[in-house]
Amino acid sequence: MPKITFIPYRQEEITVEAEVGSTVMEAAVRNGVPGIEAECGGACACATCHVYVAEDWYGRVGAPQPMEEDMLDFAFEVKPNSRLSCQIKVTEELDGLVVDIPERQA
Amino acid sequence: MSERITTDVVIIGAGPVGLFAVFELGLLDLKCHLIDILDRPGGQCAELYPEKPIYDIPAYPVIGALELIDKLKEQIRPFGPTYHFGQQVEKVEKQEDGSFLIGTDAGVEFLAKVVVIAAGGGSFQPKRPPVPGIEAYEGTSVFYSVRQMEAFRDQEIVIVGGGDSALDWTLNLQPIAKRVTIVHRRDDFRGAPHSVEKMRELVASGELDLVIGQVSSLEGEGAALSAVVVKKNDGSTVAIPATRMMPFFGLTMKLGPIAGWGLNLHENLISVDTEKFETSEPGIFAIGDINTYPGKLKLILSGFHEAALMAQAAKKLIDPTKRLVFQYTTSSTSLQKKLGVQ
Repeated sequence: MPKITFIPYRQEEITVEAEVGSTVMEAAVRNGVPGIEAECGGACACATCHVYVAEDWYGRVGAPQPMEEDMLDFAFEVKPNSRLSCQIKVTEELDGLVVDIPERQA
Repeated sequence: MSERITTDVVIIGAGPVGLFAVFELGLLDLKCHLIDILDRPGGQCAELYPEKPIYDIPAYPVIGALELIDKLKEQIRPFGPTYHFGQQVEKVEKQEDGSFLIGTDAGVEFLAKVVVIAAGGGSFQPKRPPVPGIEAYEGTSVFYSVRQMEAFRDQEIVIVGGGDSALDWTLNLQPIAKRVTIVHRRDDFRGAPHSVEKMRELVASGELDLVIGQVSSLEGEGAALSAVVVKKNDGSTVAIPATRMMPFFGLTMKLGPIAGWGLNLHENLISVDTEKFETSEPGIFAIGDINTYPGKLKLILSGFHEAALMAQAAKKLIDPTKRLVFQYTTSSTSLQKKLGVQ
């Protein structure tokens, strides 16, 4: 299974296994990664699973769809590599993905 | 000044579970008033995921969230519930006769024998942006909604956001303000196209300022704001003179005033028993996502079950002498009469 590394704000990084076809948000929630709130449960409706995709991964992960881009307006400290983790589908190609978790979600 | 409504049951929260409670209580001849902070029924189904499919409602392999709400509204129509939207319940006080006085922030008061809290994840409140020290300005210089337009006349206003709320208030306040600046993190607005167009026209004619960036700090003295500092996407910062700021970052759910009603809480949820779904205060029930008990699952399905059992207990409380005969809607002519199908 692909591995994903989460780097919570000023905390130790956590590497978890994620099922292909699930989302990066689900991998975080299942493993109790701090800082991913996912208030809406993955409906792309709340912007509380905001992550920063590591620079060397951003190209492979890709840019957000318009709906996600709209929802990112509600996130804080949005950067060019910001994504909502509920909208990133896990694939074999994303094995080794690294994402940073912002200081706060809301 | 305030009106007072007398009813059997006040239901706080008009999401799916609050709506279905009207049905179960209605079958037992109890009249309900529903109160919700949103301007329409549906709760999270309407606010968070209206277009999303739900796959675990019995007998519906798939149903859209808003479609579920529409069907529930249709199902409870025979019981004629009264809706009170756009207001928040602030107080629930037990009266000497055991009934409850319920008051909302819109000045409406209710006298009810039973209170049902079906408030889901709590009430939807505007999100506070993580700008250092913003709390000090809230209510004097920083506002999340407009109660009185006059408070904005001749002010230097910064409006933050790119959706309909931000655009609507930009367009509404621009004519009476000294100056309005709209700040958004990207030059792409998701509000209604004609509002975006109108905003762009005002910017083009020099009557409105548009700054692309994100608010990083506030300047001012005490509770009086003087400038909003915006970090532009190229890393430079600009201080925009401002006496008022309105941030529109969407909604989040907060337990809100419920926390102060003296009910037993467990991790921001209301503790209930699993026989009646009654709280630590007799006569106040809690159903749906807002409650907690051993084995609790936050499913709409569970909320429906809780509503049915709560209704039986509420009936006994309101009509203690009446013998309750359990009936099925399929075969009971009296229930069918109430549903208007006889």
